[in-house]
Parts: sequence; C-alpha cells; structure tokens
Amino acid sequence: MGSFRLTKMSLRNLGRKPATRPYPQQPARYTPRTKGHIVNNIELCILCSICQKRCPATALTVNKAQGTWTINPFSCVQCGTCVRVCPKKSLRMQPEYTAAAAQMHDCTLVKPEPALDGERSLGSERPQRSERLPGSERPQRKPRPERPSRIGC
Amino acid sequence: MAKHTVIPFGPQHPVLPEPLHLDLVLEDERVVEAIPQVGFIHRGLEKLVEKRDFQTFVNITERICGICSFGHSLGYSQTIENLMGVEVPPRAEVLRVIWHELSRVHSHLLWLGLLADAFGFENLFMQCWRLRERILDIFERTTGGRVILSACNVGGVNQDITNEDLRGIVHILEGLVDEYNELVNTFLTDSSVANRLRGVGYLSKDQARDFCTVGPFARASGIAEDIRSYGYGGYGLLSAFEPVVAEEGDGYARCKVRALEVLQSIQIIKELVEKIPDGELSVRVKGSPVAGSVAVSRLEQPRGECFYYAKGNGSKYLSRFRIRTPTAQNVAGMVHTLQGCDFADVPLNILTIDPCISCTER
Repeated sequence: MGSFRLTKMSLRNLGRKPATRPYPQQPARYTPRTKGHIVNNIELCILCSICQKRCPATALTVNKAQGTWTINPFSCVQCGTCVRVCPKKSLRMQPEYTAAAAQMHDCTLVKPEPALDGERSLGSERPQRSERLPGSERPQRKPRPERPSRIGC
Repeated sequence: MAKHTVIPFGPQHPVLPEPLHLDLVLEDERVVEAIPQVGFIHRGLEKLVEKRDFQTFVNITERICGICSFGHSLGYSQTIENLMGVEVPPRAEVLRVIWHELSRVHSHLLWLGLLADAFGFENLFMQCWRLRERILDIFERTTGGRVILSACNVGGVNQDITNEDLRGIVHILEGLVDEYNELVNTFLTDSSVANRLRGVGYLSKDQARDFCTVGPFARASGIAEDIRSYGYGGYGLLSAFEPVVAEEGDGYARCKVRALEVLQSIQIIKELVEKIPDGELSVRVKGSPVAGSVAVSRLEQPRGECFYYAKGNGSKYLSRFRIRTPTAQNVAGMVHTLQGCDFADVPLNILTIDPCISCTER
C-alpha cells in the first residue's frame, strides 16, 4: 500500500503534447466515415421517396410532382439509413459537421429539367416533353427560395 | 430517540450524471432510510414502438442511453431476430461483439473516471477519460459516430471493419493496456483510493441475491453471473470465459471488478479479431412479425444483464416492446446499502452501482 502511484505517469505527461486540441483554432478531425451531413446529387436522384419512407427522423420530404427533394438538416440524425437504401446512390454522407444556425429552415433541391430535343443522351427511352400526352406535363415548379448557402444544400 | 431529518438528494447533484431523486432520512449524520424517486427523464420510447416500424425502431432504441447505445440497438435487434427467426451472418455476430465490448471498455473507463472524480482524485479522473477518448476515436473511425453508432440493424450490421483495421484496433488497444495497467495499479494499490472505498456500501452475497442485483454490482458481492458466459452471438467463438468476481461486496470490490473487466474485454476483442470469419454482413429481413408472436433476449450490458421483450401483431409495427434495465434491478440493492451509511458516503454509494436513469425510465 502506498500513495503517489500515479506520479510516474503524471510526470511523463508533463513532457507530452496536450491530449486535446484547441478547437476552433485548430480544425476538427474527421474520419472518412464521420457522419457529418447528407448531400444529394440531384442529377442522379429519381425522386423515388424510399429515403423519405425509411428516414427515422422524418427529416426528408420528396415531392415527385414538383420535382423537389427536401431535407430538414435540424431534424436529420445522421443515421445513414437513406444513404444505404438509395437505389441510385445519389445520396452520400459527408464528414463535415454542419454549422449552427440562428434560424431553422429546410433545404430544398430541385430536379433539373430533362434535356431538350437534340441534347438527349443516347439510349434514353424517356419521351420528350413534346411527345407527352396533353395534360400530362409536369406542373409548374416552385422557384428555388433565396437562402444563404449551407453545407449540404 | 434522535431527531430525524429528511434531506432531498438530487435530481440535480454534482455526483449524479443523471436525474435520480432520493429522500434521505437522517439520524444525525447517519442515513436510516432512503426513498428513491424516478420519473424525471421518461420519454415514452417503449410506446413509440407502435408508431415506428420494427426496422426503423432500432434507431430509437439506440437513443435510450448515450453510454450503452450500441448495446440497446444490439439487444433490440437480437429480440426481433428471435421473433422472426432470422439467422445473422457469423461475421456480423463477431463485429457486434467487438463494438459491444468496446462500449463496455469506454463505459467502465467513464465510470472509473467519475468514481475518481467523486472521491476527489482529479488526476486519475483525467487519465481515465484520456484513455476513453481513444475508444471513441475507434468508434468514429469504424462507424462514423462517437456516441450513437448506428452500426447495428435487424439482420446484421451495416458497417464493416476490414481485417486490416481490426488489427489496427488491436494495436491501439495493446498500447492502451500499457497505460491502463498503471491506472489499475493506482485504483487497486493506492492507499487513498482504498481508504475512501473500503467498506463503503457493503452488500453481502445473500443480500445481492435477494435483491436480484445484476452486473458488476452483483459480481462484486461474489455472484458469478454473467450472460456472456452462456455464449450468445459471437461470444460462442471464445475459447473460455470466466466472469470477473470479487467477494468483498463493498465499493472497492465494485471498482476492482470494473477495472479488471476492461482488461477482460480487451482480451475478448483480441481473440475475436483472430477468429473473425469472412462473409456477409447482413441478411435482408422480409415480412413482419407474426401476430401474437413473442420473443425475449438477454444481453450483458456494461451495467449488467438487460432483458428485452417484444410482441408482434402481424403488421410492421410491434404491439409491445419492453426493456428491463440493469439499473432498475440494482436500485433496490443500492437503497439497502444506503441504510446505515454516513451521509458523506451517499454519493459514492450511489455511484458504485453506476446508475443509468435514462435506461431505467426510457
């Protein structure tokens, strides 16, 4: 029995670097798997709504009629379920954490219009807008709201 | 007859990481009765099972507790797999055990640090938490999360650890063991630790059995009960498993059991890394639990045996999900140890059972 059992380790630590890092003077460390935020490559997205159905936090909203994919980054719990179930692999997890914000708002991505005649990629079977039946055109899309740029949008 | 005084203790108290309220009936400086009260952090998570489908609910179970988050997702997944007769791939079983044992290491290191902090050994507290940080770094590297891992789902796991990374984890743990042994030496041979903990919160073996205590609290009183010894899941690959047991039944014995369990968990991880099979990570779970089907599952959480119950109703929602947590089992024994102790020993007494009120109230 005796005291000062930890003295050796304590003295050794005096000559070492701090175990912690001075954040934010030094940036945070990320690993390739760090769950920071979700991004969607809207070009690949087919608006199938599987991510919306499987999201445990109901943070995702997909509107196929308006061609929009919306995430509420403040509800998202970064579980990665949507990334795993995405059939087109358009969703992916980025390691950077999102910054805090004074106001909570959604982040909406709009699916771009399909390429017009002459710009269609070879092998595309999708009918052009002019070939669609009357009345089956897509409804007018809402303009993208003016918002400050955020990570993940 | 001395005058009795009632002192409210908690739910906010420096030594309590979570909200537990005790009405302490004192006779001078001695506690004659302790009346526990819980209910400050009830979130109704069990009821939520009726609103979320059984595959999504694993994300909810993970948020029951921040320390044993992986354990709860594992226990829930095991229960649903029992309910639906799903066979989990062997590699997934082993990966689950590796993450679960890493959770045990970080939970015990956290507790040892809190204990050192409770009796005023700040240096020891910092050293324990410094080592714990390396385990959290392993979590982040392998799953992407430090606390909520989201790595376990019904049917297997959704993240793989390559064999090279597994060897890297073993290398980190071997480096950690060298430093940890110095901390264990301090906990088990330093006179200041022994003077503060010996004889505090004594619970005999018979009393521990009568109060149905579980986990390190029971094992410190000489009850060699550990669910891992039954070889469920990946634990079946272990060549041998002997629970860490102490006979003294006091706070010092509980500290000893937890301190040695960290080394045991590291040994388990090293053995499983050598034996991990290749193969699939997950099987697809189709359909829904049959109406009226019932399944149970048991799991050795860092704080003790945790019991899970699930009942299906033919839809993708469960009709009932129930968890019996280790703290719920240990509160009765803790209240008994408080009777007759000094008022100054109450915080240490409560801390030595490692209470988790978030798990208990859900």
